[in-house]
Amino acid sequence: MITLGFVYVLAGLTFALFAVLGLLDRTNPKRFGNGIFWGLLALSMLAGDRLGDFGNGLLVLALVAIAGTGQIGRAPGGEIAPEIQAERAAKHGPFLLLVALIIPAVALAGTFLFKWVPGLADPKQATLISLALGVLIALAVGMARLRPPALLPLEQGRRLLDAVGWAAILPQMLASLGAVFALAGVGEVVGDLIGTAIPEGSLFGAVLAFGLGMALFTMVMGNAFAAFPVMLAAVGMPLLVKQHGGDPAVVAAIGMLAGFCGTLMTPMAANFNLVPAALLELKNPYGVIRAQIGTAVPLLAVNILFIWLFAF
Amino acid sequence: MLVLIGILIIIAGFLLRFNPLLVIMASALATGLAAGLDIAAIIAAFGKAFNDTRYVSIVWIVLPVIGLLEAYGLQQHARTLIGRMKGATLGRLLTSYLLLRQAMAAVGLTSVAGHPQTVRPLVAPMAEAAAEARNDALTDDQREEVKAFAAATDNIGLFFGEDIFLAIGSILLMKGVLEGYGYQIEPLHFSLWAIPTAIAAFLIHGFRLRRLERRMQKPGASA
Repeated sequence: MITLGFVYVLAGLTFALFAVLGLLDRTNPKRFGNGIFWGLLALSMLAGDRLGDFGNGLLVLALVAIAGTGQIGRAPGGEIAPEIQAERAAKHGPFLLLVALIIPAVALAGTFLFKWVPGLADPKQATLISLALGVLIALAVGMARLRPPALLPLEQGRRLLDAVGWAAILPQMLASLGAVFALAGVGEVVGDLIGTAIPEGSLFGAVLAFGLGMALFTMVMGNAFAAFPVMLAAVGMPLLVKQHGGDPAVVAAIGMLAGFCGTLMTPMAANFNLVPAALLELKNPYGVIRAQIGTAVPLLAVNILFIWLFAF
Repeated sequence: MLVLIGILIIIAGFLLRFNPLLVIMASALATGLAAGLDIAAIIAAFGKAFNDTRYVSIVWIVLPVIGLLEAYGLQQHARTLIGRMKGATLGRLLTSYLLLRQAMAAVGLTSVAGHPQTVRPLVAPMAEAAAEARNDALTDDQREEVKAFAAATDNIGLFFGEDIFLAIGSILLMKGVLEGYGYQIEPLHFSLWAIPTAIAAFLIHGFRLRRLERRMQKPGASA
């Protein structure tokens, strides 16, 4: 049976190859930093379960030390000239699109297949496993037809990853910070603060505090999952459900979505907001957030209104 | 109250544009110390969480495929395709993607599309080409805004579609937390109550995409 372990090995090998190619790239003055950084990430993927908690912590400290002191960076150049790309696109265009669609198509088919036919792959991780299989199939099909130099996919993939840089591990770092916040009881303290700020007896005031609190606390934590239990304990349960008799399913479901509006407006949700800006090579790292605020603010107002209308 | 120091460090660090990895580490250490943990325990807690959340970073395995396809001109081909479709305006293109992303997420297919898999190689170049088709003097700032909206549309489609699916993490979390308070609620109830917001998200963002299309038709320095 295929498990998530297979995907970690695949990711570990990919990062290891990126590390070796980065180390060998003499055009890049930061090649040693790059090599060690992606090498450590490969180690984490391949052997993270055997390093122990403290060992993993030291690995993170090393990653932060390398990236935080500016030791990683991309080499100049390496792009294929636009004219060559255009010439190749005219020749291979429809085939390229087909290969690009293999990844989502296999992810889709595998998700269903692994859930219907038990025993092939871990059904809980069906989509991630299928995504990895899709990558392998697309790579095989692309290589067979295009016959590029053997290292071209890795060299070009590395160039894209170097453009993203340390932002590539930002989502994982923020998720880990959330775990430390939980351990230290940050959520309870924030919840108490918001709970004391609500005017006594006002239903709309309580709904407003709940919705805004979900969005604001999500912005701080970068994740509505962290905000939800805290805001429910501080405001949702005692005031909206117990005191005013609100429907807990509505309070929870739409409250969570109010939190998602916060996710659209915060750099703490790095994988949705900062990583795409790096991946699309935008000049403004907050460009994606700027594009989202105009949707997030009115939608948050709508969610607060929906709780008020539907829960009582 | 002292544990809130970590939040202050995060806000100050992001505002002053220090390297976010350093800011996160400083925040974790300060928060842990304020809560009375020793340094070794904080490092171990952080390391454990980092290891447990590795699945967040495996999406980068798609890069060799994207790199290969882009080297052979995938982005150019995506642009050419849009150029041939006369009805494919910027607004219609991104609104269709929004609907598709919401619908896929609503049936649990959240990782099928995404920024590395679909936005960078396909949606962003197509959006750019659709904007160029109506305005041959697209400025760099306008180009940036179109790309940013392509990414934003992916996020909004994902967020306000996924909670309609029964077995998504957030629904299981809600069910678990409410059970702790003694409420037994079927996942279906949470799913149904996600639908009004999903419709509102489509209408609001769809309206903004129409306005984006109009704005991009005018040559000018609108940022």
